[in-house]
Amino acid sequence: MAKGPYSDKVMEHFMNPRNMGEINDANGVGEVGNPACGDVMKLYLKISDDGIVEDVKFKTFGCGAAIASSSMATELLKGKTVEQILELTNNAIVEALDGLPPAKIHCSVMAEEAIEAALKDYYVRVGKDPKIVDEMKAKIKDKVKH
Amino acid sequence: MIYLDNVAGTKPDERVVEKMIPFLKEKYGNPSAHFYPLGREAFEAVNEAREHVANLIDATPDEIVFTSCGTESNNMAIKGLALNDNYKDKKHIIISEIEHFSVQNTCIKLLNEGYKITKLKVDNNGQINLDDLKKSITDDTLLVSIMSANPEIGTIQDSAAIGQICKEKGVIYHVDAVASVGHQKVSVKDFNCDLLSLAGQNFYGPRGTGALYVNKEVKLTPLFDGGFQENGYRSGSENVAGIVGLGEAARIAKDEMDTYIPKMQALGKKLMASLEGMFDFLHITGDKSKRLPGHVSFWIEYIEGESLLLWYSLNNIYGASGSACSSNILAEDEDDLAASHVLTAVGVPNDICAGSMTFSMSKYITEEDIDKVIEVTPTIVTRLCEMSPYYNKK
Repeated sequence: MAKGPYSDKVMEHFMNPRNMGEINDANGVGEVGNPACGDVMKLYLKISDDGIVEDVKFKTFGCGAAIASSSMATELLKGKTVEQILELTNNAIVEALDGLPPAKIHCSVMAEEAIEAALKDYYVRVGKDPKIVDEMKAKIKDKVKH
Repeated sequence: MIYLDNVAGTKPDERVVEKMIPFLKEKYGNPSAHFYPLGREAFEAVNEAREHVANLIDATPDEIVFTSCGTESNNMAIKGLALNDNYKDKKHIIISEIEHFSVQNTCIKLLNEGYKITKLKVDNNGQINLDDLKKSITDDTLLVSIMSANPEIGTIQDSAAIGQICKEKGVIYHVDAVASVGHQKVSVKDFNCDLLSLAGQNFYGPRGTGALYVNKEVKLTPLFDGGFQENGYRSGSENVAGIVGLGEAARIAKDEMDTYIPKMQALGKKLMASLEGMFDFLHITGDKSKRLPGHVSFWIEYIEGESLLLWYSLNNIYGASGSACSSNILAEDEDDLAASHVLTAVGVPNDICAGSMTFSMSKYITEEDIDKVIEVTPTIVTRLCEMSPYYNKK
């Protein structure tokens, strides 16, 4: 396998991305981009009535790190509650991928932002204020500090 | 392995390696110590190499200064002129917007020394406009530095016409010919140039070797202070084995270029035509006819260059990409990621030039190699398109 600057795990997810595609009846869709390099990630969530991620898929325009981050993020999301997935940081994605080159950390940040965007879309669809995502994120960060 | 990144450096010719080995082992004399046989042998070998390099570009041996690479040659040409008292009254340099970083960044340094830099725009094929050049030259112009061929998009400039303009205007003309030497006929006489940079690694010589042609009428101030090697232009012990290899590569190129260039041209045309026929969202970059032999560069809508590069690499096909994500991947900061200045200069939008790819051939590439690239491309492109949020199946 050609490793180059990427870990075996990154290359594995790049070559065999998990959960790639679209969900037609998704109830949370988030699309984010990185202006620095032009990468774009679109995340589809199917969240059950009791707030559990039943299905998740992605489409990504981006480099090896962006595709691997997207794939790993979807793996980490499945089966989790809304509260649990908001606790998922880019650091957890990087760790699960056995690291990323410093210049590529922004790819994992993009995945975290896509999750937030998809959740905001979910709350809008269920008739709630999407600001709840920011409030929950702030609480999580506050909890981590303490 | 199908190595198609030859503008980054070619595989050394076996004869080059064979010629170098004795100078790494038993013929280890210092050319400056030519009063005893061991040193004399090295001295003569360096001078023989100088003759071969001069012969390849229509120069004379005393006009060749050996350097460590193309970057050093470009620095020596531009800074060497700027430092020289003969030209201290002229503070204007003209380059193009698709010059190599070793020209661009050298000129940026000179901005702090009071120099004005004009960057000529290029058209969508990567050609400068000769009228723009004429209009840009003023009484204050010291130097015009325009590369003979761009390694990323393959476009060849009309160096002879540029040289003629410079000659008529009395301006010094430097050619960065690193991508051209050994791949097209390069003659300092035809180009009417005063300075010309070349590098051994680009025409089957060793990496870490280069040369600068310096017309006898031009005065350069050396960048290094030290002894008197290379006619006083470049102090420091010579890389004898490297120079011998560079000389041998020049000799072989002079003798065999007419044979391998048509073969590379034909394979390049075949690959380009096949790629263009595959997808209506694949676009060739650079001038389709005035380009380096065997050079194919393109961008694909909806997909990203580094992913393309990685997938070709997983198929043992090695090329290059000018995408932001493939640039400086080992940088410590994402701010160091930027799309290729060459692609943006030829009008490819930032978000789209992310999907760029360059294949550059060598004399060793076979028809079977090109057939393999043609065979795997649809699978790679289709896979990445399916993954792209931009791509909508029609």
